[in-house]
Amino acid sequence: MAAVGRTHAVRWGVLNALVVLYALFPVGWIAALSFKDPSTLTDGNYIPRDWTWENYRGIFQTAEFTRALINSIGIALISTVIAVALGTMAAYAVARLRFPGKRLLIGMSLLIAMFPPISLVSPLFNIERIIGIFDTWIGLIIPYMTFSLPLAIYTLSAFFREIPWDLERAAKVDGATPVQAFRMVIVPLAAPGVFTTAILVFIFCWNDFLFAISLTSTESARTVPAAIAFFTGSSQFQQPTGSIAAAAVVITVPIIVFVLLFQRRIVAGLTSGAVKG
Amino acid sequence: MSTRARAAGATPPPGIETGRAEPDRAALSAGARQERRLGWLLCAPAVVVMIAVTAYPVGYAVYLSLQRYDLRFPGRAEFVGLSNYGAVLSSPFWWDAFWVTLFITVISVAIELALGMGLALVMHRTIFWRGAVRTSVLVPYGIVTVVAAFSWQYAWTPDLGYLAELLPQGEAPLTEHWPALWLIILAEVWKTTPFMALLLLAGLALVPEETLKAAMVDGATAWQRFTRIMLPLMKPAILVALLFRTLDAFRIFDNIYILTAGAQGTGSVSILGYDNLFTALNLGIGSAISVLIFICVGIIAFTFIKLFGTAAPGAEVKR
Repeated sequence: MAAVGRTHAVRWGVLNALVVLYALFPVGWIAALSFKDPSTLTDGNYIPRDWTWENYRGIFQTAEFTRALINSIGIALISTVIAVALGTMAAYAVARLRFPGKRLLIGMSLLIAMFPPISLVSPLFNIERIIGIFDTWIGLIIPYMTFSLPLAIYTLSAFFREIPWDLERAAKVDGATPVQAFRMVIVPLAAPGVFTTAILVFIFCWNDFLFAISLTSTESARTVPAAIAFFTGSSQFQQPTGSIAAAAVVITVPIIVFVLLFQRRIVAGLTSGAVKG
Repeated sequence: MSTRARAAGATPPPGIETGRAEPDRAALSAGARQERRLGWLLCAPAVVVMIAVTAYPVGYAVYLSLQRYDLRFPGRAEFVGLSNYGAVLSSPFWWDAFWVTLFITVISVAIELALGMGLALVMHRTIFWRGAVRTSVLVPYGIVTVVAAFSWQYAWTPDLGYLAELLPQGEAPLTEHWPALWLIILAEVWKTTPFMALLLLAGLALVPEETLKAAMVDGATAWQRFTRIMLPLMKPAILVALLFRTLDAFRIFDNIYILTAGAQGTGSVSILGYDNLFTALNLGIGSAISVLIFICVGIIAFTFIKLFGTAAPGAEVKR
């Protein structure tokens, strides 16, 4: 019996190790590249022979990267706040209120979740040039918040359905004012769902590439994914490989942090929104 | 139904909205009407944003696609009817891109389904390291596609990457049609399988453990338990996952842009649309391609929802 248990454990151990290896190997590779110094960059070794911070020092000295990093952070944060605010209102209505048109709202968000972004690129490009928001933060925030709204509405309404709303009434019976009941009972219950949704929306905005290269033309609004695609070496004879790898690692760090800290919530958010939606 | 039940208990205020077709509208209680108004009010901002940023530009894209509109000569824009569509649909570039996109979509979604099911089973069943496994699986999901694409590109670049080292000398897989296509599929599968697996994991959670135990007692093999019990119960989750991933794969852009930039006949329809806009600066043709892609996605979504009916997401709205 003990032997059976052990082979069982070994089998799961191997499977788990395979999954972890699958998920982390490409990430480890780009990280390894970012720590290689220019002389060993092309040796094809997975693990760097000489470790160096040179590539990181290099990119943080160029406005091309630092500016893009600020753009990425600012644009993703603002889009997230707006999308989550609008999504919270709509999801509250979907989860709690009876009103005609609810199906229409769900259907519409679904439609937008399936929408091919390239179809919006040509009209948005022209509209934004005409009204003068091409190559600005606003110009990117608008499509980001729109495309993340369905995700926000789906995930939030799935979370909101699970909230025991009767507690609010119970609090009022116990003498709490409506504001108190909302602030002390409902907000703490809803906050984890809102927070999780914010992470998912942030990842979504952080990830975008198509809008970022189409709706920007200079450093003033270009985000990191777009900026690294246009990186050039510090001299014309130098490939920008090291810089790209370092920049890639920098924008992967927040993702890794989110995943490490909030794994359980992210999984819950992704699964609940999709299946119950 | 619930509205009706409520309205029955309330005294209908006389003479309100009697002209409407639905009988119970007139009979809504004041509370229900207030609730309705609040519901609309709360949804309004989201709806306005979604319509303003998608419906209006799509209409504008249709308008642009009917124009001859070269950004180098903006003054010479003129209405040309459907001739842009004619030009696109009779061009081998469109059809090449179309078949490449379809090929990538079908193959990668098929692989993702099989692999994702495996991943989901591991995540669901594993007795230890569960947190570590789920955490690492979220990394490909969360990582920026461009970053992952660069990682793959460098891995396969001769004299640079560890994977290229494994190939015979002189092989540069990203510069040949078929190898490049398969590497694009690899990059796409790696990045999106975890998402598929998480959706399937949600489906797996719906399979009751007792049913599996009972089947085991009755002598069902692992394969029988999987195909006869788990798969049928997971069908809704599988369909949702397939629908989302198919539509997502059809609009593939980032991976191709970084890995090959569409060279060697590996460009997807999205790449073609982008090139026509920003390299050829042809807004008319680019918009026609945008509209055609929109129609393709619509057809895929419609087919899925028609084929699978109520299992499709959004078909059933729970309260």
